[in-house]
Amino acid sequence: MPDSTLVGLHHEEEHHPELLHHFADAQQQRDSASLGMWVFLATEVMFFGGLFCAYLVYRRWYFPDFAAASSTINMWLGATNTAVLICSSLTVVLAVWAAQTARRTLLIISLIATMLLGMAFLGIKGVEYKEKFDEHHVPGASFSFNNVPVPGHPGQYANPHHAQIFFSLYFVMTGLHALHMIIGLGIFLWLLIMSWKGRFTPEWHTPVEIGGLYWHFVDIVWIYLFPLLYLIDRHK
Amino acid sequence: MSDHSKSSPLPTYFAVFFALLVGTGLTVFAATLDLGRFNAAVALTIASIKATLVALFFMHVKGASEKLTKLVVIGVLFFLLLLLGLTMTDYATRPWS
Amino acid sequence: MPQPAIAPPVERENYLNAKYGVWSWLLTTDHKRIALLYLLSITFFFFIGGFFALLIRLELLTPAGDLVQADTYNKLFTMHGMVMVFFFLIPSIPAVLGNFLVPMMIGAKDLAFPRINLLSWYLYVIGGVMMLHCMLTGGVDTGWTFYAPFSTNFTNTKIVEAGLAIFVAGFSSILTGLNFVVTIHRMRAPGMTWSRLPLFIWAHYATSIIQLLGTPVVAVTIVLVAAERALHLGIFDPKLGGDPLLFQHLFWFYSHPAVYIMILPSMGVVTEIIACFSRKRIFGYSFVAFSSIAIAVFGFLVWAHHMFVAGMSVYAALVFSLLSYAVAVPSAIKVFNWTATLYKGSIHYDAPMLYAFGFLGLFTIGGLTGLFLSALGINVHVTDTYFVVAHFHYIMVGGAVMGYLGGMHFWWPKISGKLYPEGWARLAALIVFIGFNLTFFPQFLLGYMGMPRRYYDYSHMPEFQILNVLSTAGATVLGVGYLLPMIYFLWSMRYGKPAPDNPWNAAGLEWKTPSPPPTFNFDEEPVVTWEAYNYDELDSPDKGALRGEEVPVAR
Repeated sequence: MPDSTLVGLHHEEEHHPELLHHFADAQQQRDSASLGMWVFLATEVMFFGGLFCAYLVYRRWYFPDFAAASSTINMWLGATNTAVLICSSLTVVLAVWAAQTARRTLLIISLIATMLLGMAFLGIKGVEYKEKFDEHHVPGASFSFNNVPVPGHPGQYANPHHAQIFFSLYFVMTGLHALHMIIGLGIFLWLLIMSWKGRFTPEWHTPVEIGGLYWHFVDIVWIYLFPLLYLIDRHK
Repeated sequence: MSDHSKSSPLPTYFAVFFALLVGTGLTVFAATLDLGRFNAAVALTIASIKATLVALFFMHVKGASEKLTKLVVIGVLFFLLLLLGLTMTDYATRPWS
Repeated sequence: MPQPAIAPPVERENYLNAKYGVWSWLLTTDHKRIALLYLLSITFFFFIGGFFALLIRLELLTPAGDLVQADTYNKLFTMHGMVMVFFFLIPSIPAVLGNFLVPMMIGAKDLAFPRINLLSWYLYVIGGVMMLHCMLTGGVDTGWTFYAPFSTNFTNTKIVEAGLAIFVAGFSSILTGLNFVVTIHRMRAPGMTWSRLPLFIWAHYATSIIQLLGTPVVAVTIVLVAAERALHLGIFDPKLGGDPLLFQHLFWFYSHPAVYIMILPSMGVVTEIIACFSRKRIFGYSFVAFSSIAIAVFGFLVWAHHMFVAGMSVYAALVFSLLSYAVAVPSAIKVFNWTATLYKGSIHYDAPMLYAFGFLGLFTIGGLTGLFLSALGINVHVTDTYFVVAHFHYIMVGGAVMGYLGGMHFWWPKISGKLYPEGWARLAALIVFIGFNLTFFPQFLLGYMGMPRRYYDYSHMPEFQILNVLSTAGATVLGVGYLLPMIYFLWSMRYGKPAPDNPWNAAGLEWKTPSPPPTFNFDEEPVVTWEAYNYDELDSPDKGALRGEEVPVAR
């Protein structure tokens, strides 16, 4: 009776150590991992999408109050963070290229650079949050937003309740984003360890590729968050 | 995903990188101009161009061998716009009721 | 002369006996074992939800609120809804039958991500344990829809814990959907083109799309509710400038497509059963396949029909009403195709087919009453009455659960390697059908006459009692009907006749494996050269012998 645990491969190629048994070949495994990450990113788009929906509704309803609230968050820190993330996306793409072309040193350096930039992002975010905490702009019992003028409308002051809604969305959206960054740092730490051990080759470096996809997604979310949160009516 | 092109992708990566930084600067600059109702549209357009560049070149959607990746991206954007758009049919027309 | 000792026959190795021990189950990555782990868990929650239903129906036997207090009754219908929706119906067919069959039907050894599959089950269990703990320490009283601002500002029940439980279970659902989509795209055997896929696969593919796109939105809504409760943010609080309707928009954006998550897999099951027990190809394969995708897409366009009387814009309501009529079309297409398949078929009335027939009638009634609800004028009168309750129970119980039971009977020989007792199964199907109609048809009448839902006391409308008594009597019968399969399925595992590979002579790759199948399903990748539902070949004199040789079967 044939051993039913024997798996027949119908290709003659060498059994790559990273090939999982239920896949027919390495290409199928690679394509599955890639599609899996893209589909997961689609779910993440919808996850943030709910928040963008709430934001859209209230920005329309309370535009002056949102503008006033937005004018109190630090646009330059936000812009710097945008640049930091863009740099990190570059280092990610360099890391993937390094893995594809067997450049182990560049791979490791790029991964470390990405993580440093990610930590810089979180550090700057921390500074921003501290500013908001000090100004009593964190929603909740100690929230206060009195006598803040609406940009471009002298004598008109923002409604504190509506401003609190802005800050609620600000903290939930950027907080959720920061959480995804932290998870991204964890993923890249693991990639760094695997790279250090020399596990990635031009034939197999799928985790670097799909880790990169995740990081770029986090960057794209921020690309939208920055103008929507920091740049409402800044010209007034 | 293997590297299909024979030439180095590095020049493209750096070009996109600079474009993204320029786009960010443009966004901040445009925000300081009074474009009335178009401030938001301009900001979102620039953001969308940046996001598209990241997706096409950094995430390798351009040149992806299968149409499936593009289908996933376009599909999810369709459903996101559905969420935003159909919700707005309520909010935009409520004052008329 | 002493007889030589005869060794007992060695049991062929299959996925059930390949490895023994608790850890070989708890750490398995075999999709078939994970399916059974799910089977145990969802059956457990089915009984919990059913227990709450029983208490609800007991209270409603009399007009006075004399069994439980008002607050307790609120908790009963809330927990009944939350458990049944999130911990029974949404996982049921995909997690049990989908997990078991999807790889086999497409000729694969497992799903694309077996470890993520196991993670899905653990997330479901963790969510379930959290929900259990929540229920045991007081529960929730908002209704399964946990509308703001009651859920965010006024109730003092355990919203955050229940929300977190649903959040975690939601990720189980997302990961299952992700696994199915990638598997169906990437791991079909050579020759298994999209147009040769069983319609069960198309149904699960469509279901997975909904799970992937919709669940994250309710997940983030739960985050907002938790934040609102903790910090009084004002996002949904009118006193602070928030809009309660925003909660409803975000909630129903998922929860309406969720009902299609609950019904589409059942439709897939019914398609397989009807083809097999009419001995015919499905009429209009492409129409049925594309209608599944259409239901998934259209299902995202109609959510605000749950909000017609909540204060939304009348103009938006018109749009959603029109779209809600449109979403009925693909479902109707399926019903036409099933009927056309039955026409001039060679009908066999085995238990799975009895459930499929039940599905056809009951789903049609449930679906048509949905159209009543889509009409704005009627909606105003029957919203929040028992008409709505009857409508969705006809679809969820008369449709989805019937399909689930039919599927469990159809594939039981494959799953367990044993045959269930057919006589008892047919009796149980009949009892379920009768019990179901006795429970829920009176509720259409009650709702139409004006009995509100979620009321524990209807003593100002004592004329409703007789229909309520009928409904409760029906629920008891229904309960018996559900208990019977539990008993005889368990009985069959020990005493049932061993099942042949293909007891129904059904089409499909899963029937070409032994019952129960070996761990890796197929020795080598099958190569498919025939169309789906080739019943004409299977029933021809040579019993499609050529086809049998083309699939190398693990023995």
